[in-house]
Amino acid sequence: MNFKRIFKSGLEKFIREKGSSSAALVVMMAVAGTVLFLYMLQGVSSFSIAQLQDSVDISAYFVEDASEEDISALQDKLLALPEVASAQYITQDQALEQFKADHENDPVILESLEIIGKNPLLASLNIKASDPLQYQNIANFLEQGNYPFIQTVDYKDRAPVIDRLLNLISGFRVAVIAFMIGLALLATLVAFNTTRLAIYNAKEEIEVMKLVGASNEFVRGPFLVQGAIVGVVASFFVFISAIPLFWILSPKLELFLSGFSIFGYFLSHFFWIFLLQTAVGVLLGVLSSMIAIRKYLKV
Amino acid sequence: MIHFQKIGKAYGTENIVLRDVSFEVEEGEFVSLVGKSGAGKTTLLRLFLAEEFPSHGSILFQQRNVHEIPESKLHEHRRKIGVVFQDYKLLPFKTAEENISYVMEILGANEQDIARDVKDVLDIVGLSDRALHFPYQLSGGEKQRVAIARALIHRPQVIVADEPTGNLDPYNTKDIIRLLLKINELGTTTILATHNKEVVNQIEKRVLTLEGGTIIRDQEKGRFVM
Repeated sequence: MNFKRIFKSGLEKFIREKGSSSAALVVMMAVAGTVLFLYMLQGVSSFSIAQLQDSVDISAYFVEDASEEDISALQDKLLALPEVASAQYITQDQALEQFKADHENDPVILESLEIIGKNPLLASLNIKASDPLQYQNIANFLEQGNYPFIQTVDYKDRAPVIDRLLNLISGFRVAVIAFMIGLALLATLVAFNTTRLAIYNAKEEIEVMKLVGASNEFVRGPFLVQGAIVGVVASFFVFISAIPLFWILSPKLELFLSGFSIFGYFLSHFFWIFLLQTAVGVLLGVLSSMIAIRKYLKV
Repeated sequence: MIHFQKIGKAYGTENIVLRDVSFEVEEGEFVSLVGKSGAGKTTLLRLFLAEEFPSHGSILFQQRNVHEIPESKLHEHRRKIGVVFQDYKLLPFKTAEENISYVMEILGANEQDIARDVKDVLDIVGLSDRALHFPYQLSGGEKQRVAIARALIHRPQVIVADEPTGNLDPYNTKDIIRLLLKINELGTTTILATHNKEVVNQIEKRVLTLEGGTIIRDQEKGRFVM
């Protein structure tokens, strides 16, 4: 019964106290917007990191008389390793075709190929690691295993590029995480201070409630409910506004993030985004009200 | 019913507000606390409501020292008291009716009882037609009548009124005092703090005169003498 009254009272506060509700709503919308932004940023950064990781690989080149069976057996062994994400077999012919396609505008090179008169390229396994840190291990596996049909592994040539990439990825990750933490802290502080100000303005009201005999729970309750309602409404507004925003921005952003549709990402994650926004909004609204009201309850 | 025993209150070492104030209030009594501004009337009432702690001495209400009540139980003490303030202290975003019913809601009364009692007290204070008005839509006298209705609705054992006529014109002052007397006649112990000479003289009940933090006069059917 009391919970119903507390809820009703909190709802009334939200509707009637337009000034403080609007201020809290604006701030909480900024917080919900920040949550949404951080979620999308996490998606974009994961995609970018995956793309960077995907841009490197190592190859094992085989001697000319290597048998298909040996190569196929090695490919199976590699794919069984947890460090290996993919191992694509490229035959001599496929390598030549690719080479020609890559150099179709370079007549000197194409002419040189004809002069040689035979396919100078080797068959290879193009290997991508599940984590760039694992390339060294994969190269060791290939070089130290007893595979006489392997002519060369190009890890040493690629190592500087892979190292630079690893540094870039880890720097990017740290920057993104630091930015996310900073922004989340800022949003929390702003939300907390707005709530504190709103409750400071209501301190006389709180005093009256206490003096007419209200228990702490009965005084605190409506403020917490109001905070929770602000969180839900702010989350809803931000979510609704995000739909047209991402729909408009998505094609433009795809120019920079080829293959990543921000609208598609938003739609495929909309449930989690809404849940996270609402949970953060409600939690922040309730917690900041709970903390801010404490000192005024001592009447 | 209420025993003020050697109550002293000082803020710091210089500002002594009350000095060894002792008196008793019997059940059903109407007591006027009079004195100039700063005499300590409001401080005495705040101490009784356990809003503040005395520097020394004690206040016993129904044999219980009010300052030994744990903070978590203070609301139970305050529910036995109805409070009326000079500046009304109505909840600004609740209607007159809701301000009054709030006290019953915190007591856990059911909706039918609340509706019936709120209607009754609104009739008593003559505000039935203003039930749905917010405080900012009411005059000073009307606000004070709402405050009295709020103080009265849960049938408290004591009504404490701190300068209830301080912001009112003579017509409304008379009205409010008449209401407080009516409530007292129905058996509710009433403590009125005021510096309004005419009010006290009109009441003709017990008068305690405070000066410089001590009681200098305690008269049955007293008059305001300064």
